[in-house]
Amino acid sequence: MSAAPPSVSSAWAVELVGIDKRFGPVHANRDVTLRFAPASIHGLVGENGAGKSTLMSILYGFYEADGGEILVRGKQVNIRTPQDAIRLGIGMVHQHFMLVETFTVLENLLLGHEGGPVLGPAMARARAEVQALEQQFGLEVPLDALVSDLPVGVQQRVEILKALYRGAEVLILDEPTAVLSPPEVEQLFRILERLRQQGRTVLLITHKLKEIMAITDRVSVLRRGQVVAEFVTKETDRQALADAMVGRKTSLAVDKAPATPGPVLLSAQNVNVIDARGVTTLKDACLSVRAGEIVGIAGVAGNGQSELLEVLSGMCRFDSGTVTLKGDEIGPATKYDAADARRRGLAHVPEDRLKLAVIKEFPAHESAILGYHQDKGLSKGWRLDWKRVVAKTVSLMEQFDVRPGNPNLRTSLFSGGNQQKLVMAREMDREPDILLVGQPTRGVDIGAIAFIHRQLVSLRDRGKAILLVSAELDEILALSDRILVMCDGEIVGELSAAEATEGRIGTMMAGIKDTPAVEGVSA
Amino acid sequence: MSAGAGSDNLPWWATGLLLPVVNVTLALLVSALVIFAIGEDPVGALGTMLRGAVGTGEGIGYTLYYATSLIFTALAVAIAFHGGLFNIGGEGQAYIGGLGVGLVCLSLPGWPWWAALPLSVLGGAAFGALWAAIPGWLQAYRGSHIVITTIMFNFIASSLMVYLMVNVLIKPGQMSPESETFSASMFLPMMADMMAGIGIEMASSPLNFSLFLALLACVGVWAFIWHTRWGFALRATGANENAALYAGIDPRRVIVITMALSGALAGLLGVNELHGVQHRLMLNFPAGLGFTGIAVALMGRNHPAGIIPAALLFGALYQGGTELVFDYPTISRELVVVIQGVVILFAGALEHMFRPALVRLFSRRPSAVTSKPAGA
Repeated sequence: MSAAPPSVSSAWAVELVGIDKRFGPVHANRDVTLRFAPASIHGLVGENGAGKSTLMSILYGFYEADGGEILVRGKQVNIRTPQDAIRLGIGMVHQHFMLVETFTVLENLLLGHEGGPVLGPAMARARAEVQALEQQFGLEVPLDALVSDLPVGVQQRVEILKALYRGAEVLILDEPTAVLSPPEVEQLFRILERLRQQGRTVLLITHKLKEIMAITDRVSVLRRGQVVAEFVTKETDRQALADAMVGRKTSLAVDKAPATPGPVLLSAQNVNVIDARGVTTLKDACLSVRAGEIVGIAGVAGNGQSELLEVLSGMCRFDSGTVTLKGDEIGPATKYDAADARRRGLAHVPEDRLKLAVIKEFPAHESAILGYHQDKGLSKGWRLDWKRVVAKTVSLMEQFDVRPGNPNLRTSLFSGGNQQKLVMAREMDREPDILLVGQPTRGVDIGAIAFIHRQLVSLRDRGKAILLVSAELDEILALSDRILVMCDGEIVGELSAAEATEGRIGTMMAGIKDTPAVEGVSA
Repeated sequence: MSAGAGSDNLPWWATGLLLPVVNVTLALLVSALVIFAIGEDPVGALGTMLRGAVGTGEGIGYTLYYATSLIFTALAVAIAFHGGLFNIGGEGQAYIGGLGVGLVCLSLPGWPWWAALPLSVLGGAAFGALWAAIPGWLQAYRGSHIVITTIMFNFIASSLMVYLMVNVLIKPGQMSPESETFSASMFLPMMADMMAGIGIEMASSPLNFSLFLALLACVGVWAFIWHTRWGFALRATGANENAALYAGIDPRRVIVITMALSGALAGLLGVNELHGVQHRLMLNFPAGLGFTGIAVALMGRNHPAGIIPAALLFGALYQGGTELVFDYPTISRELVVVIQGVVILFAGALEHMFRPALVRLFSRRPSAVTSKPAGA
């Protein structure tokens, strides 16, 4: 609100003019021209592979552009390495933090700026300077704590502080909210506001349109390496941004009728998982999923959701408790692996697609039978009937609009969204009674998200039980009939779709158990 | 559009034919330099090797006989490779497999060869399988690295065989550590005799019926790896253990079974060497063919269709090398090993050295046609 309209200012903080970059046959950026105003937050959105990260990597000196020029504060510059970028006052906070976990915060900030062989005086100097910065930007960080002991939200603040300490006037943030809980996101946004007030420029790369709407002044949309639209944030809306990203009309809302739940098909009673280090990663998990309903599990990634899915799908042993699958009780000693689970009508779309759901090196038709290679229908005597496998894959690809529809193409050559559609097609093809879905739309283009959501709802409407794990609150809210919230390995609360609000779930995700009395407590 | 992003899509004949030819040519050039350096005529020496390997009927017979053994040990490496395991214990597995072959043959006096063969194959496969399954089990259930354990098992196999041959299996009243000779009735037919039977004249050589067994093994391995559910599970485990677990495959079981199959194939070397040629149990009959099998598998890209020509090449090197030593007194046995080593280095270990150059060569051509050259 307080930002000066950029059109009035003639001196831009950073200008990218006619940037062009190719990687072999891939034209990652074509003739991109973008101008960022000082004291503003500029959003950069686009589907996966639209060229956002390439562009920012060029600005930060990871890549050199094939053509075009970069101007910083009106002066043409040559950025060949990240050191050049830092010298010009450009800082970057990566999606995966670049911190030494066994160092303290102060040591991390000092790293690369020691100024001599003896650390003592430099440390003292750095401490004073950093404390001044902390005050200026309202970034509180415990300087003497080990980085590994800090929650991700605080680690991210350390990264921001590190960039500021190195004199960043322009700060690039790459998907900064992917790992944060909603209260942490709010805190981050307060910090970004403060940076803007102090005259810094923030470039925010994200695919979460809601965040773009909440905090940016301007937003640029990239598609296929080109800038296809630029908006003043106040004058646009999410629908318009989504349409610009995809290049056609999209639907963000999910149409669904109220659920008509049937009998319980899958339940867990007091299931515990203790990992190799002796840490309890899943604590006393109790839940039930009924036919004809979608139960959503909300939570910041890494809070026991993966373990829950792996236990229920038979991939991981549990140490105590009982899982009941269509009336059969399964204990810690029962033989129950992923093949058993599939035989009993439980299908699983795992969270980590490339690590679990497909084999990158295999052609698509081999990935398309992963987990079902024992099916009688796919074999002729002792040998796999590849003709039938390929035909099956072609039909899966047609049903789920997988592109390119080539069953012999290597799996890794499909985009994330198309790999995911292939996995969904494979798992939904046998009409499973129970479907476990983890992060169904992670790394998936907007167009494909709507398609996947529709498929899930239609499976529910056919009377199947669905357990959905997602780090995207919007997705949980849009799809679920009931919502469980996980934090630190525990299921900390349950809400019906009607009573669930983002605020309430967010509070529970941060670990505050939801009882009516404490509603509205802020983190 | 980004689907074709894989930057090194060479045509199959470039990787399958051109690259090996370039590598072998270079290896021969370096070998020629070495021969020149010790003062011999490189052209004459390499010519002698070539003539020795493929110039006479006898030479061809020997080349094929060595290739038979190499096919077995290379298939062993290949099947383990597809299961994600680097089995460098082929030498020891062949050794122990040979023990199995020998014990079976010694215990069936008077049997005809065609009745003894299935049992000696079974004996060799079972002993080799067991010897490889132990490191496999240690890898799967105890996390001991397969490379380390299979190397150690080579040494254990060697010591065990010395002990057995010297103390237990030695023919009584004899100095050299060899067992009794098998019954003459069960000797595998020699190729020369079989050919004579159908009216084709062929020089006498150790080449025997085992060659057919080796070719059968190639077909079997190919069908198993690429056309069965078990082969699918094996390849899935080799490519991505987590994905295998997700697919309901127990990676640990697959690892043990894969190693057992690998050891079984290596163990068949004993059928060729002992049941086919030596007709007795003795020391050191694998003679490094277990190790050379690794190079053959590498050069043959772990596919039976590549392993057969690669085994022929290495068989020719073995046989040609023997001729070379015979004809050139100044060239020692060790120098022949150097030449073989250079070929292994270029064709096996440095297999990808010229790949980037080849990729550049191939990617330049089409792009020059379809678009202007990329700047800078």
